[in-house]
Amino acid sequence: MIKKCDVVVIGGGPAGMAAALAADKKGAKVLLVERDGRLGGILNQCIHAGFGLHYFGEELTGPEYAHRFVLEVGKTDIEVLLNTMVLSLSDDRKLTALSPEFGLVHIEAGAVVLAMGCRERTAGAIALAGTRPAGIYTAGMAQKMCNVEGYLVGKRVVILGSGDIGLIMARRMTLEGAKVERVIELMPYSSGLKRNIVQCLEDFGIPIDYSHTVTRVVGKPRMEGLYYAPVGADRKPVLSEEKFIECDCLLLSVGLIPENDLLTDTSVEIASVTSGAVVDERRMTSVKGVFSCGNVLHVHDLVDNVSHEAETAGAAAADYAFGKYSPSAVRYRVNAGKGVRYALPQLLNAGEGEAEIFYRVDNVYRNPKIVVESGGKTLCSKKRPVLAPGEMEKVTLNLTSVTGDVTLRLEM
Amino acid sequence: MSYDVMVVGGGIVGCAVADRLARLDLSVILLERDDDVASYATRANSGIVHAGYDCEPGTAKARFNVRGNAMMWNLAEELDVPCRKCGSLVVAPEEGLEGLEELKRKADSNGVVTEILDREGTLKKEPNVSDNVAYALYAPEAGVISPYQLAIALADRAVLNGAEVVTEAEVTAISRENNLWRAHTPKGTFDAKYVVNCAGPEAAAVNGFVGEEVYETEYRRGDYFVLDNTEGKNVSTVIFPLPTAAGKGILVAPTADGNVIYGPTSVPTYDGDTAVTAEALDEIRRSVPLTYARPAFNKCIRIYCGVRTVIGHDFIIRKSDRAENFVMACGICSPGLTSAPAIAEYIEELLVSCGMERRPKADAVTVMPRKLRLESLSEERLNTLVKENPAWGKIVCRCEKVTEAEIVEAIHSPVPATTVDAVKRRVRAGMGRCQGGFCATRVMEIISRETGMPLDEIRKGIGHSEIAVLAVKEADYD
Amino acid sequence: MKTICINCPLGCPLEITEHDGQITVKGNTCNRGRDYGISEYTRPVRTVTTLVRSTDGRVFSVKTSAPVPKDRVFDILERMREIVVPADSAIGDTAEENALGLSVDIIVTGVPAPRQ
Repeated sequence: MIKKCDVVVIGGGPAGMAAALAADKKGAKVLLVERDGRLGGILNQCIHAGFGLHYFGEELTGPEYAHRFVLEVGKTDIEVLLNTMVLSLSDDRKLTALSPEFGLVHIEAGAVVLAMGCRERTAGAIALAGTRPAGIYTAGMAQKMCNVEGYLVGKRVVILGSGDIGLIMARRMTLEGAKVERVIELMPYSSGLKRNIVQCLEDFGIPIDYSHTVTRVVGKPRMEGLYYAPVGADRKPVLSEEKFIECDCLLLSVGLIPENDLLTDTSVEIASVTSGAVVDERRMTSVKGVFSCGNVLHVHDLVDNVSHEAETAGAAAADYAFGKYSPSAVRYRVNAGKGVRYALPQLLNAGEGEAEIFYRVDNVYRNPKIVVESGGKTLCSKKRPVLAPGEMEKVTLNLTSVTGDVTLRLEM
Repeated sequence: MSYDVMVVGGGIVGCAVADRLARLDLSVILLERDDDVASYATRANSGIVHAGYDCEPGTAKARFNVRGNAMMWNLAEELDVPCRKCGSLVVAPEEGLEGLEELKRKADSNGVVTEILDREGTLKKEPNVSDNVAYALYAPEAGVISPYQLAIALADRAVLNGAEVVTEAEVTAISRENNLWRAHTPKGTFDAKYVVNCAGPEAAAVNGFVGEEVYETEYRRGDYFVLDNTEGKNVSTVIFPLPTAAGKGILVAPTADGNVIYGPTSVPTYDGDTAVTAEALDEIRRSVPLTYARPAFNKCIRIYCGVRTVIGHDFIIRKSDRAENFVMACGICSPGLTSAPAIAEYIEELLVSCGMERRPKADAVTVMPRKLRLESLSEERLNTLVKENPAWGKIVCRCEKVTEAEIVEAIHSPVPATTVDAVKRRVRAGMGRCQGGFCATRVMEIISRETGMPLDEIRKGIGHSEIAVLAVKEADYD
Repeated sequence: MKTICINCPLGCPLEITEHDGQITVKGNTCNRGRDYGISEYTRPVRTVTTLVRSTDGRVFSVKTSAPVPKDRVFDILERMREIVVPADSAIGDTAEENALGLSVDIIVTGVPAPRQ
């Protein structure tokens, strides 16, 4: 089967739905492809509150946030393919997908929006030593088991990593009857939001050990406990201070990786820091007509930002499909300078209007100044009380003032 | 129940023996300790089909390795098991030439084709050997195979030919009843005229049950890294360092399924424990760069550890002179996987010499039905399949592109897969870079639906390895 | 009482004390921090999100329609064990009104995935 459309959106989570809606609003014929049996993506398993404060001006749970978009999609002519997995993508925007309804589907699109989200780093990826028993799961897998299937994956739980999903799961497991023994974090700070540290750990008296790591897991076929130890300046464990803790479950919240495996056969340039595509301010990748947004582009901490970003990408994709958008002849690079881990978009088209630059810092900084420079001029210099890697920040630039490559850096 | 032959142990050797005997007019039962066949050393080794150049000439290892290698490729074809005859290289620095020449002499006496290559010749076979590699011994007959898929396919074929496979049936004692051997297991007792001891780490203990020699057994751990399949394109052959007394050394190899492995270590262990240690991982991190120029430890998706069962310096494959109708395969360490088909062939001869009647079964299955894999299906075929069964159009494991139909088929295969790990070993769902993070719950749902087991009884693998341990809102708070 | 302010990434460590009915917040950097400290001291509240079973045994996610006193969170959870919602419940349905007399309703926030 062959399907032709102006814009194909790969992934029906928050990014994909917002991109599809934005493209639809521009009059594009949109195809939205989702591998799960329903739209919503990971939001469907995030039953905690805290979504939508920025986007909807009220606090929603994940499924509610998703549901609002699902209802909007339902009001449009967007064609949704569920249970459908995109198998390949080429630079000329030809896709193949597999669907239980249609078999192999060939898609030819005027523009492509990548919105596949991210996956979690696993025990294997961090080469976690010890046995490999039942009881070691990523936090997201435990979240799905709990919130969608209705089962806890452990009764006495340790969480490695203090990313937001790990913190959220500490509270979820506690509320549903498990005992969360402690959270162990390799870094001297948490990559999660402050709110989650307080409301997911402190509220329940769950201790967090910073600058510690799990050294090995014991027990077979079910986990019986683990050893953990403080780490030195080199982040290697100090084994003489190793301690044992009895537990039947270890949840991992040790990082998210944009799931860009589909891009293997394309020439989309990938940024090594974000593991996502290199994009311009309209979220177009290095391959014309291919756009990227949401967690497949870079890992966000608020879904509200995902929705906004996806709207930018979806609208731009529709414009591209209608021949109304092409990158300018002059493009400037956005570089991450001192103290800045990455800045996004990495490219700016010379022109007019405003562009938001999102950035993350590489450590916790108190009273730094964020400085943006371009073509030898300082475009912006703002003092901030604190900047932390766990919180995405942004600066807004007037594109007319950008006259050369842009650098974001911190001044202490 | 009474059988002609009882095979104790469902590792690669036990499965190969059961498969061979099931094609004769015999009733065969295989008793396996774990939840699935291929659960111990067979599932955690290098998956190398060795050429046989490094075995001491005249040993059982040399004999069975060379014969096993010759049998393997056809066997894999019959069974539809992924394999690649990619050749192997023992690489050495300038001063290692003598060592390679000595290996070449062994190869010649074992009748194994090898060739010593200079650096230029080596680079043609493997562009990514490390800078200090000056020479290599190339063995074109070597390759890689999926060891657990081979064992599972052997067991499946045995079952199709009438054998029974009983899992979670650890033999805890063997007694003599009415001129038959009686195995005692948690699944009941089983009687048989002949017993073949293929019990791997427990082979010496099983020997003890019948008054045979309880061999002093050593266990040696081997730890590994498994790399993402995006690394597969960087490794074309199996790359060994020069062997030492401790073994073949830490290799870099493609796997039959397209990944790359680094390992194994060789560390004595008392109890056969398969926990990976940080020291072992560090040893691999240090060793790999000596032979391979593109180490990619950041592409690791899994680490594992297997245990070799070592008795003296050679395999012990013989019939008992103390216990009637009892045949043993003890101390089957490397190159046990390669040797398995040849060991099974020899064990059949030993049983015949005990008096076992050898009459081929008239309609025995030899060529197994081809397993359908998404990537090898034509578009037309795929569309027909989806039309007949929409499960062919539903991808469950996104990393390895495994469809629901394949998972259902694995669950209902001749040796059924009823645990998450058993499904994983058969169809690779959960073997990819997300390690089941996305698909494990789906696989559990499918197992539950197909078997009628509730979700909280679905296990990861053996024993009490249930994944869902507490139903939300049905539990008691304390 | 000690806590950490959640209003911004600064995460000021707050110390809240009371003398003669006068509440003092120490450690805050801004007024939002002071207000947060006072509310956490006088009447800390939390929105509860959890699961309930449906008549066909599946789980539906629910929330309290407004935050409840922090010390009643586990009472709400305990109450949720007794609630069974219809299998055709939809997002936004009220699973229970005025739960535990706390003047909050229990609202369905999510429904199970369609059966495969």
